[in-house]
Amino acid sequence: MKIVVLVKHVPDATADRTFTEAMTTDRVGVDGILSELDEYAIEEALKASDSGDAEVIALTMGPSQAGDAVRKALQMGADAGVHVTDEALAGSDAVATSAVIAAAIEKIGGVDLILTGMASTDGSMSVVPAMVAERLGVAHVGFVGELTVEESGAKARRDGDTGSEVVEVSFPAIVSVTDQINEPRYPSFKGIMAAKKKPFETWSLADLGVDAGTVGAGAAWSQVVEITKRPPRSQGEIVTDDGDGGLKLTEFLVSQKFV
Amino acid sequence: MAQILVLVDHVDGAVRKTTLELLTLARRAGDPAAVFLGSGYEQAKAVLGEYGATTVYLAEAPEFTDYVVAPKAEVLAQIAGTASPAAILVPSSPEGKEIAARLAIKIGSGIITDATDVTADLTTTQSVFAGGYTVTAKVTQGAPIITVKPNAVTPEAAPATPGEEKVTVTISDAARGAKITERVERAASGRPELSEAAIVVSGGRGTGGDFSPVEALADALGGAVGASRAAVDSGWYPHAHQVGQTGKTVSPQLYVAAGISGAIQHRAGMQTSKTVVVVNKDAEAPIFAMADFGVVGDLHAVLPQAVEEISRRQG
Repeated sequence: MKIVVLVKHVPDATADRTFTEAMTTDRVGVDGILSELDEYAIEEALKASDSGDAEVIALTMGPSQAGDAVRKALQMGADAGVHVTDEALAGSDAVATSAVIAAAIEKIGGVDLILTGMASTDGSMSVVPAMVAERLGVAHVGFVGELTVEESGAKARRDGDTGSEVVEVSFPAIVSVTDQINEPRYPSFKGIMAAKKKPFETWSLADLGVDAGTVGAGAAWSQVVEITKRPPRSQGEIVTDDGDGGLKLTEFLVSQKFV
Repeated sequence: MAQILVLVDHVDGAVRKTTLELLTLARRAGDPAAVFLGSGYEQAKAVLGEYGATTVYLAEAPEFTDYVVAPKAEVLAQIAGTASPAAILVPSSPEGKEIAARLAIKIGSGIITDATDVTADLTTTQSVFAGGYTVTAKVTQGAPIITVKPNAVTPEAAPATPGEEKVTVTISDAARGAKITERVERAASGRPELSEAAIVVSGGRGTGGDFSPVEALADALGGAVGASRAAVDSGWYPHAHQVGQTGKTVSPQLYVAAGISGAIQHRAGMQTSKTVVVVNKDAEAPIFAMADFGVVGDLHAVLPQAVEEISRRQG
């Protein structure tokens, strides 16, 4: 079985995230990490590989440092990595990203299962998995909290606002998982050393046969008009509970007409 | 005026509030046309007209409930193909986003997600990077597909008598890929839905696992109950109630954070709340920095006292 995990290198959410002059996410001036939510997808793929004979390939698209997201996946235990990178990709929207990812999956070939996180922690649109599914003509199950991978398909439980569903898909299929699904492993020292020797390929748009004119900021189907930094919330009154904290709290709620 | 398609979010005809918000926003930019997929239209009819739908596109197919969203995206694309709308508004729910994503590829349109506002010229507002920035943007290709967050606008009635157009549905084999084989409904709590609620009371690590004071205050205020990731990960409250980056993003009039320290992942989910009240034993908890009102104290003492005082005042 061949499993591809989509991973993304994102600006660290605990750092001071900002934008470039071109109004795109600053991916250079801010420390980057593997998007935390992708670790759950990697772990789910590794679980399938631990209990069977699955080959796990981590795939990313992004500038040169984005390869670090793939390296982290290799350290955790993925078997091989692919990094699609090309100067023409800068500023690509989700639509173009999904086209590139879909082309890379086709180039990898013979893929049974594609696993992703529920969202990236930077753009957090949650649309790329469904877009890739649409382009590849395969099923997609999103927000999966429990997954059973079988020989030719998978069974997934997804939890919504009003209840849970059990969904069955035949491969090939895309499944995006939540942070409720597992507890991602940490890379071991052995894993970190072994990762250095694992296959790692870097592909350009030409390698994928994707026309550079269809990606990047110039080809994006949406455009940012303006970005403004939100003024920090100012602190209001803070009181210490001396046995009357609940009364003071009520007083405030009444003054604001919530009671 | 061109139509603005609004995908109706409903459960067997019970229309959710977000749909009324979308119809209200749609009126700014064109003629609101509701797209009602599934059963229960008779129940939905009156409210869709009351909030200004001038047309309702109706489609019903067993595939809508038997398979994960791809059939809905297919039919919506079909309707968009004949209606040639000026834009398509979809609720920013997990299901809505997946439909919008598939639709964007099918009809060749740009997409903007999680809009908190949409203007007459279809410029959107979004809150990004944990609420640190406000971004305005426009779709530049095709009929804009915009997913809109709950509470973007106060629904305003604008009674209309919608014309009804029944759509003949054809669903491809490709859309029948993810079959729903089992469904378990959760018992209703009787409280408002978290992402739509005007008041949210959330509990975190400081509850020590006892959410009863949090629930009691939520009930006294008529609000929904939220939980921090720490509380959910400890198994104290269901994930459906998690507020934050990996749970729900809420934007209520009042957000009460009880026993929550306020990691950036949590703030990402509630930063756009209008009024923030904090109760925490730890005076150094970072969440106090964004409090409009804060009590340094034990939530197990402060919340019950507030509940008692609220009920006394309400007589």
